[in-house]
Amino acid sequence: MKIVTCVNHVPDTEAKIKIASDGKSVDTSGLNFILSPYDEIAVEQGLRLKEKFGGEVVAVSVGPDANKETLRKALAMGADKAVLIKTNNLCDSFVVAEALKNYLKEINPDIVLFGKQSIDYDNAQVPSLVAEMLNLPSVTTVVKMDFENNQIICEREIEGGHEKVVSQLPIIISVQKGLCEPRYPTLKGIMASKSKPIEEKNYNLPEHKVEIVALRLPPSKSAGKIVGTDVSAVKELVRLLHEEAKVI
Amino acid sequence: MKILAFAEQREGKFKKTAYEVVTAAIELSNQLGAEVFALVIGKNVSGIASDIGGFGVNRVIAVDRDDLEYYSTTAYTKIVAEIASREKAEVLLFAASQMGKDLAPRVAIKLDAGLASDCTALKVENGNIVATRPIFAGKIISDVIIKSNIKVFTLRPNVFTAGSNNGQKAQVENVTINLSEGDFIARVVETKVGVGRPDVTEASIIVSGGRGMKAPENFKLIEELADVLGAGVGASRAAVDAGWRPHDEQVGQTGKTVSPNLYIACGISGAIQHLAGMSSSKCIVAINKDKDAPIFQIADYGIVGDALEILPELTKEIKMILGK
Repeated sequence: MKIVTCVNHVPDTEAKIKIASDGKSVDTSGLNFILSPYDEIAVEQGLRLKEKFGGEVVAVSVGPDANKETLRKALAMGADKAVLIKTNNLCDSFVVAEALKNYLKEINPDIVLFGKQSIDYDNAQVPSLVAEMLNLPSVTTVVKMDFENNQIICEREIEGGHEKVVSQLPIIISVQKGLCEPRYPTLKGIMASKSKPIEEKNYNLPEHKVEIVALRLPPSKSAGKIVGTDVSAVKELVRLLHEEAKVI
Repeated sequence: MKILAFAEQREGKFKKTAYEVVTAAIELSNQLGAEVFALVIGKNVSGIASDIGGFGVNRVIAVDRDDLEYYSTTAYTKIVAEIASREKAEVLLFAASQMGKDLAPRVAIKLDAGLASDCTALKVENGNIVATRPIFAGKIISDVIIKSNIKVFTLRPNVFTAGSNNGQKAQVENVTINLSEGDFIARVVETKVGVGRPDVTEASIIVSGGRGMKAPENFKLIEELADVLGAGVGASRAAVDAGWRPHDEQVGQTGKTVSPNLYIACGISGAIQHLAGMSSSKCIVAINKDKDAPIFQIADYGIVGDALEILPELTKEIKMILGK
């Protein structure tokens, strides 16, 4: 099975995000970057598919040289090779999808795995954009995956439940937490990752379709009222919720 | 100019987000001087389609077919794109629901349109639609514009207020779209929906627990309060990672982003990644033993105390006030 996992390089979840002086980009200096957590699940699922069906896992990232750090992490987890599609500037989802489309057309994978969204810009678009560009089926926010008679059977999350989806390959999948637990790279894996290749690709990419015009911090909330320090405060709390906030 | 409002239904019932999307479309049309029509897709939907008129839209297009009993990514994509092209819609609005988030990107590609997802506000400035969308799970707020002629937006559930239903019926046009087997390449064969509590992304009240709940069995205190309030149950990453609660309840940067009217955080200290996912809740109550816990910095009301002691009393008191 030819497996591709798409990975993004993002500030970690504990990071305090600062706005750059231009007022419309993020100041990434001093931030710690990680392999986006949902993409990590995608890598794990890719490795499990290889262990079960054989084949090859390729980790792909779109962005600047800094993304190689995240590709090394995917290699250390066990991916066979890595590809960096180079772009210098921050891209919108459409441009990232175009870049991936170009690469995927060259290699014709059986399955392409993404995290359900990257935890920086939270667009949750790229997997479906790529699928439509390649005219392939897609299933998003997958929490369970099986194979039977050359078909893939997925459960995807919907509000309050699941949808069971059956499809043929090749297919584009985005994964949700709960599908599998990502492994930690072993020392051997980390050592091996250093000698695995990272191939670089360059494509002519189109203009952005979506442009950020301004960034701002969310309105700061001031700390509210401490109603009390034990059970005796409950009556007053309920009164406030009922009469002042009017939320119950 | 025309605006297409995608009115989501499941099992023959409109989702609350359908009313939110239609109301947002009407508000946008007033600013742009545009016409709005709603689109309903499914099996046996012609009957309910006119009900959307109660939210101010006069015209509904219904695509009603037996093979659309379940949502289908590719079939729905084809239908929405064809209707949008025929009608020359320039703006398309969807809910940022599991269906809308799955569908909108594919429709956008078919229409050569840009997509701004999970928006929390839309406004018109100098003729441009400026969409507000939280990024980094709400740590930063962005304003974006779409540069293509056709523009697609998905709207975060629970943020746009639905108008009140005035009981008017809309004019329904049943439209036929040719679909073949190939349009159902990935096929939904079954939908399993629990009949229990609302999902955290849809709930107007959430009762959420963290490490301070101390053990998985103590979450029954959270569930009891949630059931009295008709609320959804949420959990912090710590509670989910410990295996106390299922993944689909996790609130925060690597879980769900929520905006309920009331969020009750029990034994949750308020790590930055959790706060990012829930700080846009309209009213926040924090119950935590540690008076210095960051959650109190954003809470509207707090009790410094042990959630395990406070919760039973809170449930009892709320039951009383609700007359249950």
